[in-house]
Amino acid sequence: MIGFILTRAAQSAFVLLVMSFIIYVLLGLMPGDPIDLMIGADPNVTAADIARLKALQGLDQPLLDRYGAWLANALEGDFGYSRLFSKPVLEVLRPRLLNSLILMAVSLALALMVAIPAGIHAARRPGSWTDQAINLLCFAGVSVPPFWLALLLILLFAVSLGALPASGMQTIGDGGLLDRIRYMILPILTLSAAGIAGYTRHTRAAMIEVLREDYIRTARAKGLAERRVVWRHALRNALLPVVTIAALDFGSLFSGALITETMFSWLGMGKTIYDAVMGNDYNLALVGLLLATGVTLIANILADIAYAWLDPRISYRVERGS
Amino acid sequence: MAALVNATVLSRWLIALLMTIAAALGTTSTAPAETRDKLTIGITQFPSTLNPIIDSMLVKSYILAMARRQISIFGHDWEAMCQLCTELATFDNGRAEAFDGVDKAGKPTGEKGVRTRFTLRDDAFWGDGVPVTTRDIVFTWKVGKHPETGVADYRSFQDILDIEVHDEKSFTVVNRKLDYRYYAMSGFQPLPAHLEGKAFAVPKDYRNRTLYETDPTNPGLYNGPYRITEVVPGSHIVLSRNEQWRGAAPTFNEIRVRTIEKTAALEANLLSGAIDYIAGEAGLSLDQALAFEKRHGDDYDVVYKPGLIYEHLDLMLDNPVLADLRVRRALIQAIDRQAISDQLFAGKQPVAHSGVHPLDWTHSEEIRKYDYAPDKARALLDDAGWSDIRNGVRHNVAGEKLAFEIMTTAGNRVRELVEQVLQDYWKAVGIEVRIRNQPARVLFGETISKRKFSGLAMFAWLSAPESLPRTTLHSDFIPSPANSWAGQNYTGFNDPEMDRLIDAIEIELDRDKRGGLWKRVQQIYADRLPAIPLYFRADGFILPKWLKGIRPTGHMYTTTNWVEEWRVE
Repeated sequence: MIGFILTRAAQSAFVLLVMSFIIYVLLGLMPGDPIDLMIGADPNVTAADIARLKALQGLDQPLLDRYGAWLANALEGDFGYSRLFSKPVLEVLRPRLLNSLILMAVSLALALMVAIPAGIHAARRPGSWTDQAINLLCFAGVSVPPFWLALLLILLFAVSLGALPASGMQTIGDGGLLDRIRYMILPILTLSAAGIAGYTRHTRAAMIEVLREDYIRTARAKGLAERRVVWRHALRNALLPVVTIAALDFGSLFSGALITETMFSWLGMGKTIYDAVMGNDYNLALVGLLLATGVTLIANILADIAYAWLDPRISYRVERGS
Repeated sequence: MAALVNATVLSRWLIALLMTIAAALGTTSTAPAETRDKLTIGITQFPSTLNPIIDSMLVKSYILAMARRQISIFGHDWEAMCQLCTELATFDNGRAEAFDGVDKAGKPTGEKGVRTRFTLRDDAFWGDGVPVTTRDIVFTWKVGKHPETGVADYRSFQDILDIEVHDEKSFTVVNRKLDYRYYAMSGFQPLPAHLEGKAFAVPKDYRNRTLYETDPTNPGLYNGPYRITEVVPGSHIVLSRNEQWRGAAPTFNEIRVRTIEKTAALEANLLSGAIDYIAGEAGLSLDQALAFEKRHGDDYDVVYKPGLIYEHLDLMLDNPVLADLRVRRALIQAIDRQAISDQLFAGKQPVAHSGVHPLDWTHSEEIRKYDYAPDKARALLDDAGWSDIRNGVRHNVAGEKLAFEIMTTAGNRVRELVEQVLQDYWKAVGIEVRIRNQPARVLFGETISKRKFSGLAMFAWLSAPESLPRTTLHSDFIPSPANSWAGQNYTGFNDPEMDRLIDAIEIELDRDKRGGLWKRVQQIYADRLPAIPLYFRADGFILPKWLKGIRPTGHMYTTTNWVEEWRVE
């Protein structure tokens, strides 16, 4: 297993390197650099100013040279400054990555905690009224646009009931744990809604398949309790596709959280990366996207490890020839 | 059955847990402070830097105006006024003196320079108790003119040849060029030399090392009624009373400025009491403010103020069809701008007839105005050779269709709506207009700035009172590869008389004569129509009934410059 993890880690490092090049080039090829945008906003800028500012920011150099310089600095731990925040990019991204991870981890956990029991229940009684009700709610959850749901929750809990804050991350001047939890509830509910719906559907489908398997019939024939059959024998196998999807979703949550983060003024990675791309903050966008890639890769390694735990037939031992 | 029970119990437990947490935590809900010693303002953007001379940004100016004062600004009457200086420097009061310019070799340049003497207020102090002195003025000039610091208004600093220090509070600015704005130092924002000196030791690193970035709550950085005491990037900024402020005491002990980018969430925060007031300068768009007023007008004061943001359509004059003045006039006469303003903006955004705002003293009414006259538009198009109408679209004798592309910022709902209305108006007179919008960064970063649009481009200019349209109308400022795409004369307007007028206004000190020149500039603009003026954008300020004293200016100096006048009633 350790050999497998080291191999995957090396592969991930290579993927990050390739991604850094692709992202850097794509960002560089986008129309308009920071100075081009400044020309439109500043009526007094002259040709000499443009040349001076481009030289100051290194934008007068060819794209590949700029990438080479960035990579050399990055390997020494210097990822550059954010143009939008005038701070080192890691200083900007570190708290936001943590904010996003908290939001994503809690949302994912909540989604799985609700979706798995709901999916099992629906799978055990396919076609029943509860199954149909769960399906209906799932379709609603997948179909409801996050911004609309966010607005609805804000109107209900913040404006009408006054029970929860409408947006932000903490009360100014407070910032205690309970205060922060209050601010997390609505974004987490918004972010979880689609997840609950999706995972419920996947769990239901996988469970229906598994419950038809011969070994389940055998287990029942042996007189095992239904609870044990479902939770020990069926669920472990049914979880394999759910784990795959959850691992992939973990990465997409960075982009998927953008709307939720914007609606609730939650300072996370999705919003930061979007602002960096739109604001021509190359360093911030690049490192932000690389971090998102890195988190996705780690989630996939964890998913591979989870496969082995869920299904003992899966082995990552390196074969040394036969 | 056991699994079913298990799942159901778990789900019920989770729901109950969430509801309990929400209910328990809800007991400490956000409610407006009864004592009103704090004010929470909602805005939609967070400033990229708090350094006053790096990057020009409206929200930064908005926040900093509460914590910092400038040498001079424009007042509510749109005339220059002192903030840190004791009086403006004019020839009449003996504080200004012209001189003949010379080059580095000492030879006369033929241009006039000007020396202006200013005195700083005795009661101006930084928040750490150090007085604001001439040392700060000289230091700011050195930072501003250094080519590696990358400040926003580098050229203005470069135009200062020298600053002669007379004493701690008195200094003379030696300006390369005598122009009509000589008497003020608008935009000059002193930096605290005693704190910022170290950060400027390596000029190219100043941008990142300035204390406004590394230690923004240092009281010594601020000399206004408030000082910044908390900064959470992207979230909020807290300003507390500056103990060293010697002017009129502000009402609020603390002002909190929260950034909420989504305007729907901004509204919800206002309604829930999480914020008290939505700033007009960086809050809701006019249509959103109008909609808010309809729904909640009884509970809030909604104040509208048309400002210096001038919405217009730039016309690509390199396009041979648009180069024909008759076609340009037909375009403007075919649209009912007053109806657009009335229907879409409840008449709050006045129709523009030139780029000069009606509140600006240079504004002239003696110019050609184009009312809605579709018949005249049709006649002009016939006269221009576009008389063959096929399938509702005009063609010329060569069989070419009268068709243009119109572009604006994709996603800007108001502009996209106006665009569709205009398209309908033009269709009615036989002009086909295709909409091809682009994201702002592409539109401004590439298409408009590099003159890649072929027809019409809808966007806005933000100007200042008596702002000379040199970069937008002078032929020297037509962007091209030769000048690295500098300048904003995107239409390619080239009129020798306009060039002469712009040059003349800049050095004309006699206000009456200058007014005459300005009138002619506006007449040429209205006659030749390099752009189609639409309207001056208005800001909507959403105020609680108890908050008084906020007086929108309409120009770029925000209401926060008079924050000490805000009060609770």
